[in-house]
Amino acid sequence: MSNEDFKPVLLSRQGKPNSHKLASYKADGGYQALAKALSMKNTEVIDVVKASGLRGRGGAGFPTGLKWTFLPKDVTGPIYLCINGDESEPGTFNNRVLIEQDPHQVLEGIVISSFATRTTTAYFYLRYEYGRCYRVLKDAIDEMYDNHLLGKNILGSGYDLDIHLHRGACAYICGEETGLIESLEGKRAWPRIKPPFPAIEGAFRRPTVVNNVETMACIPHIINKGAEWFMTMGVPKDPNNPRDAGSYGPKLYCISGHVNKPGLVELPMGITARELIDKHAGGVWKGRKAKAVVPGGISMGFMSEKELDTPLDFAGPGRVGCLGLGTAAVIVIDDHTSMVDVLYNACRFFAHESCGQCTPCREGTAWSTKILERIRQGHGKLSDIDVLLEISSSIGTIPGTTICGLADGAAWPMKTAINKFRAEFEEYIKSGRKSESKTLAGAH
Amino acid sequence: MSELSDNAKKVIEDHLGRYPSKQAVTLPALHVVQQETGCVSRKAIKEIADMLELSPAQINDTLSFYGFFRTEEDPLGKKRVWICRSLPCMLRGGEELLAELCERWGILPGQTTADGKVTLELAECLGACDGAPCMLVDDELSLCVTADDVEKMVRG
Repeated sequence: MSNEDFKPVLLSRQGKPNSHKLASYKADGGYQALAKALSMKNTEVIDVVKASGLRGRGGAGFPTGLKWTFLPKDVTGPIYLCINGDESEPGTFNNRVLIEQDPHQVLEGIVISSFATRTTTAYFYLRYEYGRCYRVLKDAIDEMYDNHLLGKNILGSGYDLDIHLHRGACAYICGEETGLIESLEGKRAWPRIKPPFPAIEGAFRRPTVVNNVETMACIPHIINKGAEWFMTMGVPKDPNNPRDAGSYGPKLYCISGHVNKPGLVELPMGITARELIDKHAGGVWKGRKAKAVVPGGISMGFMSEKELDTPLDFAGPGRVGCLGLGTAAVIVIDDHTSMVDVLYNACRFFAHESCGQCTPCREGTAWSTKILERIRQGHGKLSDIDVLLEISSSIGTIPGTTICGLADGAAWPMKTAINKFRAEFEEYIKSGRKSESKTLAGAH
Repeated sequence: MSELSDNAKKVIEDHLGRYPSKQAVTLPALHVVQQETGCVSRKAIKEIADMLELSPAQINDTLSFYGFFRTEEDPLGKKRVWICRSLPCMLRGGEELLAELCERWGILPGQTTADGKVTLELAECLGACDGAPCMLVDDELSLCVTADDVEKMVRG
């Protein structure tokens, strides 16, 4: 399917009057997928999702159906589904729009996924900052209970499910799935050492699946229209790479930064960053050129202008040295912006959000921020550049020094900014100039 | 006299049935208390701990992890304004907006104006990058804001 023929799937109901209400959702065919799923065996639902090639939309891109099959088969007692609505990766806002505009699409996906995974209690972990989402979801869940879509004996099928909303408290680390589970349990959100993986021992020490909001929104469409339909969109598996799982389906791309029209765009997986910026975001603002582009939230690192023809599918950004597709949040940085300021901002974010549990992350993010602050004050040394590179290759799960991937997210902006813009860093340090950007260095 | 209001106690009790452990009610309890009183006092921590059959240290351990909660030494103003400074907002003037508000109100991020009306906070990504710079007032987002917009909204 070409991008021109594509009609929005997840955003098809955006802007309709009362799009967040049950009546409006049902009028557009809502909850038919649930009725269909409830008439199937739960394992058949898993098979359809597995066959569709759907990969998690939260950042890591793990195949959703496969994740569900990791739950032990012969378990007695509760299994939990946690919905990760702690969207906090800089540049990312698709969960917010999905929930505010079309909460029932997400909730229908949750009920189907709960049925598939034999869950009878689902927890929707929502970041605190999304107050409007919280109120919209609360009303939508009430409507569902009133209409036999939640509670006992859903749609007369004999299946029971409760969904509880759980508000976070402004911590990025709660988006890491085991950090989320610890936070849900009422503790500090310190990610857990794996194994055991959540499918074996997760929330309240029970088998648990953690899924992203956008992933949930895909589920009703896959059940309605089938796995083959889902696979008509996106980028097929690379036949020469047995480890490639393909990039199927529609994707929400968040575009922000120095473009004329920031916003949310839904397209088949695999559009290039250049096409996204020029065709769908009105181009770079003020008639300028892009200097660097973040492909999927700042954890993924930077692409240079020359790399903008990279397809934004699960495999694309990795081919140009980025960490991956991440959340597909594209941040555009124009050619008037200093990469020193940009990298400082990224490092400061991770220093602020490191949970402090692993020393390499806690110290590495804090010291890299301090070094960049010193460079911005005009006191940098050329050797600082290699110190930053050394830090970036020593922190994270890839070098194997931390429990979770937050530090990998801190490392990739450092690696890619310095490797791709080294001359700019050297020139900045040699000139001894100070940053013009205003920041409150003393704060927090 | 009890530090927790009847409403707070009811909210906490209502939440107990939702989770297999009492400790899981920690965040909902801290939220309701802070919403009502602008902070979570030591006495409130003790009473929450009693209701959840935990030690006050366990509640404080969780509370202190999240920069979100305030102690009685440092309570919130009537309104809490968060200005985003993460990359998408920084590229469109978020840092300047925060600096401008600090100057106008004579406070630093984290502090409250002398009249007790507003607490100013710096925020990392608020998830409204399509409307950068953005801010959060209590828990409502506002997109594409200027310092004058903020003044009008919170000090009216």
